[in-house]
Amino acid sequence: MDLYQQNILDHYKNPRHHGLLPNATGRGEASNLACGDAVNFQVKLAKDKITAIAWSGQGCVLSQAAASLLAENVIGKKREMVSKYNNETMIKLLEITPGPNRLRCALLSLDALKKALQICG
Amino acid sequence: MLDNSRDLFPIFSAGAGKNLAYLDNAASTQKPTVVLEQMDKFYRTSYANVHRGLYKLAENATTEYEAAREIVRKFINAKKDSEIIFTRNTNASLNLVAQSYCQQLAPGDEILLTEMEHHANLVPWQQMAQRYKLKVRYLPITTEGRLDEKKYDDYFNSRTRVVSLTAMSNVLGTVPVLEPLIARAKAARSRVIIDAAQAVAHFPVDVQKLGIDALAFSGHKIFGPTGIGVLYGQEEFLNAIPPFEYGSNMIDQVTYEAATWSPLPTKFEAGTPPIAEVIGLGAALEFIKRLGWPVICQHEADLTAYGLSVLLKVKSLKIIGPHTPENRGPIFAFTVDGVHPHDLASVLDSVEVAVRSGHHCALPLHSKFGLTASTRASFTIYNTKQEIDRLVEGIKQTQKLFS
Ligand SMILES: Cc1ncc(COP(=O)(O)O)c(C=O)c1O
Repeated sequence: MDLYQQNILDHYKNPRHHGLLPNATGRGEASNLACGDAVNFQVKLAKDKITAIAWSGQGCVLSQAAASLLAENVIGKKREMVSKYNNETMIKLLEITPGPNRLRCALLSLDALKKALQICG
Repeated sequence: MLDNSRDLFPIFSAGAGKNLAYLDNAASTQKPTVVLEQMDKFYRTSYANVHRGLYKLAENATTEYEAAREIVRKFINAKKDSEIIFTRNTNASLNLVAQSYCQQLAPGDEILLTEMEHHANLVPWQQMAQRYKLKVRYLPITTEGRLDEKKYDDYFNSRTRVVSLTAMSNVLGTVPVLEPLIARAKAARSRVIIDAAQAVAHFPVDVQKLGIDALAFSGHKIFGPTGIGVLYGQEEFLNAIPPFEYGSNMIDQVTYEAATWSPLPTKFEAGTPPIAEVIGLGAALEFIKRLGWPVICQHEADLTAYGLSVLLKVKSLKIIGPHTPENRGPIFAFTVDGVHPHDLASVLDSVEVAVRSGHHCALPLHSKFGLTASTRASFTIYNTKQEIDRLVEGIKQTQKLFS
C-alpha cells in the first residue's frame, strides 16, 4: 500500500492551502474527464514570486494530496523556478512512483498550477 | 468443475499473475496455453501469407486460416463460412456496419440504440447520424439497469432502419432479452445488429435462431489474442452494403479506371489479415467448446449469485446494475461512498486484486446514474468464490484506510 503512505493520507485528510483566494492574480483549472478528477489553482504573484496560493478540487486521494503537496512546496518560490517542474518533481514530492496510468492523477495539479501561472506546456 | 481451470493459463502458473485475483475480464481475458502454443506453432512451422502463394506452405496456411473461419461459423451457428468477416476488434466490426450501411439511409431515418451501450456501439452511429442527417434514439433503462420493456413500443416506427444493441452490458452485467426487440425490429423492417463483445464469453449465441443481420465480437475478450475481431453478417445484408475498406484482396477486377469487388467474405477483408491471430481465435473457441457451455454457465451463475449476495452486504457499497441474478452475468460495477474508484483500485492492487476503475467506455451510462466513474469487478471461468471474498476483504480494508 505504498501509494497511501502516511504523508499522502495526511495531505488528503488535512489539505494545505485548500480554499479560495479572492484577490488571486492567476487561476488555472485541469480535469480528467475519464474519472472526474479536477483541480483548480489560484495564485497571487508579486515580483514574479508566489506570495499566496489556494486550491480546490475533487477526486482521488492521489490527485488531491498532490495538489496539497504542490501548494505547500511552491509558496514563496519564483514563477520561473516552478516552470521547470515536471513529472519527476511530482514523483519526488509524493515520495512514491505511481504507474503511468495513475501518475496522471498526480500530474493534474501541476497542470492546473502552470495554467494559473500562465506557463505553457 | 472449473476451479482448476486457472492452471490452463500460464500467466497464473508461471507469470506475474501467480497470486493475482484477476477481476478485469470484461476488459480482456487471459490466454490459455493452447492458444499461445497454436499461434507459436503456426509461426514456427507453417507460416506464409494466405490466399496468394501456390506453394505448399501458402496453401497450408490458407487452409488453417479458413479452418478457423469454420470454427467461428459453428461457434455462433452462422449458415455459411462466407458470413464470417475477420476484423480487428468489435470497434472495427461495428464501424464497418455503421459506415457501410448508413450510406444507404435517407435523412430522418432512425437508429435505435439503448442507454447502456459501450462507446463502440454508440459513437460510430452518432457520427453517421451527423454525416447523413439520421436520428439516433436510445431505449431507456430502468434505475435497476434493465431495459424498460414498457417503453419498447414508443421507440419503433416506420423510420427505424437500425436497431443495434448489446447482448450483455459491460458495466451493468445486464443480459437483455433480445427476442422481443428483434421481433419489433422485424415488424418495422429494420436491420438488427448485436454487440456481442461481452456476451460470447459468457453464454452461447445462435445468430440464426436470433434471426439478426449482424453481430460483432473481439478475440481478446474470449481467451483469444488481441488484434482479431469478428463481424458476422447475414449473407443478404453483407451483399447489400458497400465495402468498407478498399485495396488489395477485396477486389475482383481492377483497371486504371475502376474496380469490382470480390465475393464474401473477402469483399470486407482488405489487405493481409492477422493470420496467426485468426488461428489463435480458432484455438480459443475450441477451448471453450471443450470446457462446454453447461459447465461455464453453471460456474458463472454461481459466481453471479455469490457476488451479488456478498457485495450487497458491504456497507456504503452500491451496485450499478441489477441486484438479482436473473438475466445478468458476473460483471459488477459499483461505488463505495467516500472512496474514489481510483483509490479503491489502487488499494485492491496492493493486495493483488485487479479491478478496473473509470467509466468503462460507457460515459453516457455513468452520467445517467450521476457518476463520473465506478469500480468494476468482472469474472470468468478461472475465477472463484474465494477471489470474491478477497475483493470484499480488500474493499473493507480500503474503507478503514480512508475513514
Ligand atoms: C459491450 C462491449 N462492446 C464493445 C467493446 C469494444 O471491444 P474492442 O475494444 O475489442 O473493440 C467492449 C469492450 O471494451 C464491450 O464490452
